[in-house]
Amino acid sequence: MPEKFDCIVVGAGPAGTACAYELAKAGVNVLLLERGEYPGAKNVMGGVLYRKMMEDIIPEFYKEAPLERPIVEQRFMMMDKESAVTFSYKGLEWGREPYNNFTVLRAKFDQWFAEKAVEQGALLVCETVAVECIVENGRVVGVRTDRPDGDIYADVVVLADGVNSLLAKQLGFHREWRPDEVALATMEILKLDKNIIEDRFNLEPNQGCTIEIFGDATKGIVGTGFLYTNKDTLSIGVGTLLSGLIKHKMKPYELLEYVKNHPMIRPYIQGSEPVEYLAHLIPEGGYHSIPKVAGNGVLVVGDAAQLVNAIHREGSNMAMTSGRLAAETIIMAKAQNDFSESMLDQYRMKLMESFIGQDLKKYKDATHHFERFPQYFEQYIPMMNRAASQMFTVDGTSKWEKQQKIWRDLGSTKQKFKLARDMMKAWKVMK
Amino acid sequence: MMKAQTIEEKQYLVRFNADTKSHLHVLDPNICLTKCPDKICTIFCPASVYKWEEVRMHVGYEGCHECGSCRIGCPYENIQWEYPRGGYGIVFRLG
Repeated sequence: MPEKFDCIVVGAGPAGTACAYELAKAGVNVLLLERGEYPGAKNVMGGVLYRKMMEDIIPEFYKEAPLERPIVEQRFMMMDKESAVTFSYKGLEWGREPYNNFTVLRAKFDQWFAEKAVEQGALLVCETVAVECIVENGRVVGVRTDRPDGDIYADVVVLADGVNSLLAKQLGFHREWRPDEVALATMEILKLDKNIIEDRFNLEPNQGCTIEIFGDATKGIVGTGFLYTNKDTLSIGVGTLLSGLIKHKMKPYELLEYVKNHPMIRPYIQGSEPVEYLAHLIPEGGYHSIPKVAGNGVLVVGDAAQLVNAIHREGSNMAMTSGRLAAETIIMAKAQNDFSESMLDQYRMKLMESFIGQDLKKYKDATHHFERFPQYFEQYIPMMNRAASQMFTVDGTSKWEKQQKIWRDLGSTKQKFKLARDMMKAWKVMK
Repeated sequence: MMKAQTIEEKQYLVRFNADTKSHLHVLDPNICLTKCPDKICTIFCPASVYKWEEVRMHVGYEGCHECGSCRIGCPYENIQWEYPRGGYGIVFRLG
């Protein structure tokens, strides 16, 4: 007699666990499969978790979840070789309830979240790989696992198996990703005394800061570096499109080392001790890369559905909301005992109506635009740095003359037109 | 002076529970030898799993981060990529 559940969720990351939590809470008999030794063992994130979407699932989770620091300041560095133009917003409203976002360490957070789903009644089984979907008469009826006699059946299967989503690929929901649809991120966790962190980043205890780094952090390739404050560690990393690494024949860990040793970054991390090195892909294909997300007896959520807003470094929030919307749809489907694609497709509609579909649509051409036209990162960020240096260096030259120098630095008339056109185009893909 | 600069030093920071058999397979070794002068997987793999040894590709699967880059980035789709068996492979403790 084979095992049968109402629902099998493959993958105990934020998307899968959110889905399993909501289903279990509604009394649905749900199995949550995780291939790692524990939830989080395979998961990597720069570290920003958004409060709102998590609170949609567990109100006031921040009172008990293992969080690092609430973020009160977000900085954006436009970095050149020996300089940086930095924008920042710091607001103390982010440091108190209801908060905006937090840094987290995923191995701790994901375990906690999965335990909450178990408390609601989900069955969590770790160290188990779902190797394929079992398809009968054109509908998914379960998954084959790598355990002996490992076939498990369900009315509906939720694929929350992450960026690689071999299962959605098996079903033909998407072809293999192209190297320009995924970003390879490498990062290190650096141990540093909490007082030193607070001094260096101008923080009170229980306040955090994030820094996104553009330009020379990726040596001009499309991508970003990041430096986030945890309680007594820092997360530093760099992510670029895989296609960029291939094109420039660049080793990702050497790029990470370049960022760590950059004169604009090194003082922040001086004296710290690396305690973990991590690599992971981020789905950055955006709107155009969203695969089929609903079929007969199956839904796709989170990274597996390419739900990442690379421009705003949002992903875990979209994962959670997609998991929650999938659960809502399944609860409805269960009430009508109809798990057909036409029923489950309501998930896709909910997804597209939500901030996820809207935001991914807004930036649908952004990543590809900046990849096709490398001058933004390669030329315009250094130009911005030279202009700032010129304007703020007091050397007896009049300000009018300085403005003229900056104007001349923009190049010939033809180059200035190109710059103006590029700014228009950038506005168009970002607006 | 920053610590853990080389990939070998970085990999020492990671916990692996390696299986006895590989989850990564080069499908046709001849393609690497004859068609792929760049051996680009030896460059972009974040764990330096792939090492070219004169005439063949050495696959150090034990240090794999399971990111998937090689499967997607191999210009000849010449890498068969599976997840390690349940519980095996990389074990992130923090991030």
